[in-house]
Amino acid sequence: MQLARVIGTVVATVKNESLHGRKLLVVQTLDRHLNSTGKPMVAVDAVGAGVGELVFWCRGKEASFPFKREDTPTDCTIVGIVDSEAHVQSEQ
Amino acid sequence: MILARVVGNIVATQKNARYESARVMLCQQITPEGEDTNYSCLALDAVDSGVGDTVLIVQEGWSASTTATGKAGAAIDSAIVGVVDRIDLLDVR
Repeated sequence: MQLARVIGTVVATVKNESLHGRKLLVVQTLDRHLNSTGKPMVAVDAVGAGVGELVFWCRGKEASFPFKREDTPTDCTIVGIVDSEAHVQSEQ
Repeated sequence: MILARVVGNIVATQKNARYESARVMLCQQITPEGEDTNYSCLALDAVDSGVGDTVLIVQEGWSASTTATGKAGAAIDSAIVGVVDRIDLLDVR
């Protein structure tokens, strides 16, 4: 799992039917100092996250487990919203 | 999922049996702003995408083989699962 910032939304009308009704968000992964690292990804939202929020996401097959339809094709799912930046405590 | 642009497709007569009837697309990863990155890959098409489309690629074997062939357990690790209409970005970086 990785910390990330939600930086945008994606609209896709034509998509796999298991993704219908799912919110797609652009996430920028962050390191422990909350600096951007790597390329932005598109994540499926499982917790009601919104643009600007600090979240964490899960990768791999396990990313589809939060959904009732376990066949949801995703490799990147937002599974938590961090309360605030002050709640990310890291030694220097 | 990664954002990518479909830049072509691959024709392969000799291939694994599970790839039959699937289209193999050549995809260039892009940033949300639309610029090319230095990563490109092949992905099976599960949504009738075409060259020039901005798409969502799932890079996880179970999801990819289920969406592209209808069954899990194929030697497939990437599939196109959506065609992007629009990306809205908030400048928070």
